[in-house]
Amino acid sequence: MIRRETLSRDVQVILMHVALLAYTALAIFPVLLVIINSFKARQAIFRNPYALPTAETFSLVGYDTVALRGNFPNYFVNSLIVTLGALILIFLAGSMASFALSEYKFRGNALLGLYLSIGIMIPIRLGTVSLLRMMVDLGLTNNLFGLILVYTAQGLPLAIFVLSSFLQEVPHDLKDAARVDGASEYRVYWLVLPLVRPALATIMVFNMIPIWNDLWFPLILAPAEQVKTVTLGAQSFLGQFLSDWNAILSSLTLAMVPIVVLYIIFSRQLIRGLTAGSVKL
Amino acid sequence: MTTPKKAFPTHIIVFLAPAVIIYTIFMIYPLVDSLRLSLYAPTPDNPRVEAFVGLANYQKLLTDPLWAPRLQGAIRNNFVFFIVHMLVQNPIGLLLATLLTSKVVRFRTIFRTLIFTPTILSFVLVGFIWQIILNPLWGIAGDILGLVGLDAEPWLGLESAALPVMSLISVWQFIGIPMMLFSAALLNLPDEIIEAARVDGATAWGVFWRVKFPLILPTVGIVGVLTFVGNFNAFDLVYTIAGGLAGPNFSTDLLGTFFYRTFFGFQLQAGNPTMGATIAGVMFLIILAGVVIYLFGWQRRIARVEY
Amino acid sequence: MIEDHLDIFIYRFLSVFARMRYSFTTLLNVEAIVKKVAVLSLLLLAMLALAIAPVVAQDNTLVIESWRNDDLTIWEDVIIPAFNAQYPDIPVVFSPSPPADYNGLLNSRLEAGTAGDLITCRPFDASLTLFQSGYLASLNDLSGMENFSDVAKSAWITDDSSDVFCVPMASVIHGFMYNADAFAALGLSEPTTEAEFYAVLDAIQADGTYAPLVLGTSDQWESATVGYQNIGPNYWGGEAGRLGLIDGTATYNEAGFLAAFEALAKWQPYLIDGYQALSYPDAQSAFTLGLGAIYPTGSWEISGFRANADFELGAFKPPTPEGADTCYISDHTDIALGMNANVPEAKRANAETFLQWMTTPEFAALYSNALPGFFTLSNHEITLDDPLAQEFLDWRGECESTIRSSYQILSRGEPNNETDLWLYNAQMLNGELTAQEAADAVQMGLATWYEPQMGS
Repeated sequence: MIRRETLSRDVQVILMHVALLAYTALAIFPVLLVIINSFKARQAIFRNPYALPTAETFSLVGYDTVALRGNFPNYFVNSLIVTLGALILIFLAGSMASFALSEYKFRGNALLGLYLSIGIMIPIRLGTVSLLRMMVDLGLTNNLFGLILVYTAQGLPLAIFVLSSFLQEVPHDLKDAARVDGASEYRVYWLVLPLVRPALATIMVFNMIPIWNDLWFPLILAPAEQVKTVTLGAQSFLGQFLSDWNAILSSLTLAMVPIVVLYIIFSRQLIRGLTAGSVKL
Repeated sequence: MTTPKKAFPTHIIVFLAPAVIIYTIFMIYPLVDSLRLSLYAPTPDNPRVEAFVGLANYQKLLTDPLWAPRLQGAIRNNFVFFIVHMLVQNPIGLLLATLLTSKVVRFRTIFRTLIFTPTILSFVLVGFIWQIILNPLWGIAGDILGLVGLDAEPWLGLESAALPVMSLISVWQFIGIPMMLFSAALLNLPDEIIEAARVDGATAWGVFWRVKFPLILPTVGIVGVLTFVGNFNAFDLVYTIAGGLAGPNFSTDLLGTFFYRTFFGFQLQAGNPTMGATIAGVMFLIILAGVVIYLFGWQRRIARVEY
Repeated sequence: MIEDHLDIFIYRFLSVFARMRYSFTTLLNVEAIVKKVAVLSLLLLAMLALAIAPVVAQDNTLVIESWRNDDLTIWEDVIIPAFNAQYPDIPVVFSPSPPADYNGLLNSRLEAGTAGDLITCRPFDASLTLFQSGYLASLNDLSGMENFSDVAKSAWITDDSSDVFCVPMASVIHGFMYNADAFAALGLSEPTTEAEFYAVLDAIQADGTYAPLVLGTSDQWESATVGYQNIGPNYWGGEAGRLGLIDGTATYNEAGFLAAFEALAKWQPYLIDGYQALSYPDAQSAFTLGLGAIYPTGSWEISGFRANADFELGAFKPPTPEGADTCYISDHTDIALGMNANVPEAKRANAETFLQWMTTPEFAALYSNALPGFFTLSNHEITLDDPLAQEFLDWRGECESTIRSSYQILSRGEPNNETDLWLYNAQMLNGELTAQEAADAVQMGLATWYEPQMGS
């Protein structure tokens, strides 16, 4: 009886690993293709996209173009400033608003929640001209802070939508206990935040990817050379008839690196937040 | 004992203010300002001047033979897009999350990071690489299918296949998101319950469906509504691969591409801000309907388990 | 029964253990929280400082808006330095945007006032609308405009010819490029008539090494631009036919225009395998990798192919149908440069200097040689270094020139004539429509709003 169970258990574990390996292969194969081809000469990419770079086909032409043209280190810094800045603002403003919405019963709570989620229901590019005019009036064009504010505004609806749901699951007893001990509402907020660390980390990840990869708003609001983001810098290689595929692959491969690093940081937060609670009683 | 005087809840205002202010100024105002264009139309005499026409644009969008087929096609395509995601992306995401939160699986972090990588990619890369893989001339799809005796077709160029294939590419790209949400929810479940159920003799399958799944129902709902909102707003992938005309023959046209093409114009076709705003208005109503159904039909109904 | 108890049991279990878990958590995290707040605030302050630092103040650099990302290096390395050699005090920067988004982007920027000083103009209505909205300045008084013929200016002038608003830069000529090595290997020579054209295609197909025609329909524009508009003028008699469309005497689904659809439909069996899913870059690669023999295209492709093909390149003009004594080529006015009507006063003189420099023979020679395949629209006589470019240019002397049928006036309404030509030609080449059906669909679309065509 016991023998049969453990065997079936082992088979189960093996199957689980096989399934994961299979899917990982599917997920990672195209990404590897991109990276491999960023090291090949242009014709070699299309002649045989699946071949590893050989002595003949190996070429750093893409990376050379990226190094020589434009100012990619600067673009990276700009992208980092915009992304991290927006993430911090979304974190603070979003968590505070979600806390208020989930914690306090006040008139208009439901309506405000609905109001704050309207933003995800309309294509954001609709407001392009209006937004651009307003930024011109505010003097925020060609300014990274302007981009940060726009991305914050775009990330808030989703953040609040998801965070409210997770915050509602935090037990009331804990918060009431803190209040009885004399904690102010702000303190309660700070105490509650780590409890939804997984949700917070998830929101950060959700937002950082579209912000980092966004082409449209840097193009509209901050196209000047000094404030170009990495994605905007990479687009200059996409031509009407002739695109510099080497440079595109190289620049976007390089652009992947900071995001992967940020993802690893945030997903660690996610795990830490969940295991921090499992203290031995 | 005196009842403590209810102090004015300034803290609520403080908590809400930054989000509401930034959101209203930089999102709501531009969107509403542009959305009101849907109630205007260029006057016949002077096309550069716009006059208030009420809901005439919406009527035109729904009935005019130039607009209605495009709108119906876009809505239908969006539903197909959504259904593919619900049937493929979310179940697989849930499966992956279950596997990745199971203690018996090793190297979980590496798997998790690798599986999440497609979500990090820019649309330009996703479009580029899948067009190469599916390319009839040098794509690998033909070789792989040849192994099982099937022929490769130029799917992205066929009206019947382009939309499902593009939906699958989108699933491939975004599966990391439900995977992450489900992981967060599953990890949040206390081990004691799972152990208790297992000690009681439940199989892994039983543990999942009788214990874990009911407890993560709130997350299942969130993933569903996020998929809905994300899919009905989808634009970038189709735009990158099929262009503004969402070929072949509008078979991959989503509401997002329909909106972009109309509002900003396409090639020689001048932009039509009033009809474009109308399409955005329709998108808003559709997505609002979905979210309202979620909020009042689902979220209120499922029991919230506080643990 | 057991189920009910199980649920209640689970719930109680959960709440008790969870509460214990969380109270421990809070006690441990207080210090960590304080540290995190400090770090976050510092980070935020640093970012704010960097972010709101004032960007370089407005100087007198002229900014050129364009969709030609392809030309960025040429402008930076050749054209702008040449300008600065003559005018060292006028800094110029070429600032292109992604081609697919250019129209929308430009309009948004013009409406909000953030557009550049010099604007690259699309031909005909796209720029006419900008002029009528007051975004482009009238260039009637610009010296040097007399160097351009009426035909050259026709794409950038008001309907009543009263105001010209862009300086014409270049036109592109349509034709066919081919793999000369492949032709030599198969013993083929350049076809001139339609019959010879199909004989060549048949020979290539019979041999099997190369695909006869490298053309993809996935991006849709090729079907119309290097398909229909390429061979079409030979069937509808060039300008005569096109003007007939405009005044209503000719229709898309009769005579020459229909014949052009039928001629294009005959290409289908010769198209490279999987063409329905081939994008334009794929077709370019397929040709330069030697997978196909003939590439229907325009002269814009010369520099790209020179860089990437490792075989001899040749070119021939669109084949003429039986019994035709004149040949026609699509010599399309493609690109021009105009001035933002709201350019700051301090920069206006400089902007006009730049535009004026573009009317000189020096610029004409410089541009046409730096970008082979883009032929100057000025009247200046220039010699081209690239033999292939020279060959395309020579066709101007051999054949009558015309422009693409849908660009003047016919794309002002909805449905858009150019978009329809893309749609229906692509579907026709995909085998979804017959030539007659495609022609009827295009004509119907035009007749719904264009008055001279209504009632046909």
